[in-house]
Amino acid sequence: MSPRVVHEPRAEPDPPVTANLHVAAAHWAAGRARVTEATERDWKAMRERGREIREDAIRHLPELIDELEERATEAGARVHRADTAVDACARVVAICRERGATRAVKSKSMLTEEIGLNDALARAGIEAVETDLGEYIVQALGDRPSHLLAPAVHLSARQVAELFERESGRAFDPDDTQALVAHARAVLRERFLAAEVGITGVNFAVAETGTLILVESEGNIRLSAGLPRVHVAVMGIEKVVRDWGGAGHLMELLPLAAHGTPAPASVSLVTGPARDGDDGPEELHLVLVDEGRSALRGTEYESALHCIRCGACLYACPVYRQVGGHAYGNSYSGPIGAVLTPALEQGAHGSDELPWLSSLCGACAEACPVKIPLDDQLVALRADGARRHPRRAEAALFAAWARLWSRPGGYRATAATAGRALAPLWSRLARAASGESWEARAPFPFSRWTDGRDARAPAPEPFHARWRRRRG
Amino acid sequence: MRVQLFVTCLVDLLQPDVGERTVALLERLGCEVGFPAGQTCCGQPAHNSGYPDDARRVAERFLEAFASTQGPIVAPFGSCVHMVRHAYPRLFADDPELAARAAAVGERTVDLPAFVVRELGRHTVGGRYPGEGETPVAYHHECHMLRGLGSSEPPLSLLRGVEGCRLVETERSDLCCGFGGSFALKLPAVSVAMADEKLDRARAAGARAIVSTDVGCLMHLEGRARRRGLDLRVHHLVDLLEPDGRL
Repeated sequence: MSPRVVHEPRAEPDPPVTANLHVAAAHWAAGRARVTEATERDWKAMRERGREIREDAIRHLPELIDELEERATEAGARVHRADTAVDACARVVAICRERGATRAVKSKSMLTEEIGLNDALARAGIEAVETDLGEYIVQALGDRPSHLLAPAVHLSARQVAELFERESGRAFDPDDTQALVAHARAVLRERFLAAEVGITGVNFAVAETGTLILVESEGNIRLSAGLPRVHVAVMGIEKVVRDWGGAGHLMELLPLAAHGTPAPASVSLVTGPARDGDDGPEELHLVLVDEGRSALRGTEYESALHCIRCGACLYACPVYRQVGGHAYGNSYSGPIGAVLTPALEQGAHGSDELPWLSSLCGACAEACPVKIPLDDQLVALRADGARRHPRRAEAALFAAWARLWSRPGGYRATAATAGRALAPLWSRLARAASGESWEARAPFPFSRWTDGRDARAPAPEPFHARWRRRRG
Repeated sequence: MRVQLFVTCLVDLLQPDVGERTVALLERLGCEVGFPAGQTCCGQPAHNSGYPDDARRVAERFLEAFASTQGPIVAPFGSCVHMVRHAYPRLFADDPELAARAAAVGERTVDLPAFVVRELGRHTVGGRYPGEGETPVAYHHECHMLRGLGSSEPPLSLLRGVEGCRLVETERSDLCCGFGGSFALKLPAVSVAMADEKLDRARAAGARAIVSTDVGCLMHLEGRARRRGLDLRVHHLVDLLEPDGRL
């Protein structure tokens, strides 16, 4: 069981969020098109290669994790394995306590959101400050991130300016982003210098050399990993890749899929702690977290472990664009969140509702740089959900429907009922327009349609009957 | 050429005219159209709602109705074709006999625009949009036809051949309209907001009508346009392909 807070999926449109996301999505999609065109890269081939690399890693996960542990240990890192979120948090807390540390800086990590690390640290009296700008804002507001990469995408510049005003007592112009960033930088600089422990996530870990790859655009990860005396890297076991060939390709794929940029702004490669005389942390701890991942291997959802957390499916998803990341109630939002969360938690904490945050339009699978069939997995998870949390009336309805519609006679009977009985009733109620009957208001459960839309009445004579009459 | 009409349940029950126009078009193009009377539905409503066993029962009926027929199985509805081609192999994965049958039927199943353009080699088939001048129309790509079947060009090709209308480019015409079958009832507010985005983009592009191939999307978009009192008509593509221009 994970210690995180889970909210019921809140499936209401959020217009300001939609507007922000629309701008970001269009900007980044255009960037990717520009880059792939300018560099003559074949996006399809890049995706296929990405899929192969990730598939290889997950197929051979136990061996690669062993190899990673061996190589990282040889390089001087201390490797900890945590089966559950609770274990992982306890491990990190223990590392801090053993060193008497009470001040930590953190770089953005979805895994630490998933396992609820910040709460665990706070309970242990360890102050952990988020140093990614968006994450810092979200943390200071007591809010939660709403996007894998852009945690504060749901907030406006005005909300940020107001926050900074409260923090500093100075007035900020929301349009003056330089001033906003300068404030955050000044505050964070102090924190970096004071921190005894730096906690980061990991984008990829290369098994063959035991190297951790940290990709970023702000420079805060480099400081979190490099300034404090102790660096704790927390990583989901699925982030491992076999070798540098694979890692190199993924490092190209990730920024293209994420931001439409040809290369990450900054990459840190961490192989062990600082050597004698070098600057850098004296200790490197690598916490490998399973938390349900191993159990997904060999299931329908194995390929969800291929995810490289680029956020492409979020921008592609028309439902995410409407409701924003908080609707998913968990660390992972968008289509990948609607798959990963119920798959990892086996439908607990209301997560079986998440696969319904999709119209199954397939845009997510099309956008995914490692070709995860997210739409198929969403359908499969709906079936898992129907088994785990039965909705009796709905199940009875579909069973009756299947009995009738698996026989031509049963189908014709329902069609006739719809045509002969429903249609005239419908027409009586309906406002007739252009010779067709449309209904404006209908009782529950039809009101779920007619609250926002007029409904088309069944045709008085269906196609089957017309064909029989004319050609039968 | 002998073809079989897969009319689909939504067309049968809600818009039988679309079925009749499909038959008329296929016959005009020289096809001999058969209609297996035992067909009901492809099973997609249950499949997408998490009831694969119920979907399988109805899907077996589909196979029963079409397996012994000859020629391409043509549907005026991409989503149902996608269900047969893409979901059936998984639905019947544990039954080799049915899986083989599903694969054979799936290979023959094709959406109407792709059949006309790719198999009959007819890039335009004429048609006339009623009214004066050239009515600007927006095309809405049905998700399962666009992404599932990779059939984006055939419907546009046919639409460009229609007189009396001109295709206007809309921003993000690939974006889902929010119908999504049971999704429209599970999350009505989100579904409607998605329709609004689609309708507003069509209007912003100056369109007076939206054309698509999915009767579900059409019902959803038209229902929303009516509720908002928008001056925007909604048509199935095949409705525009009639030579005499009656809608």
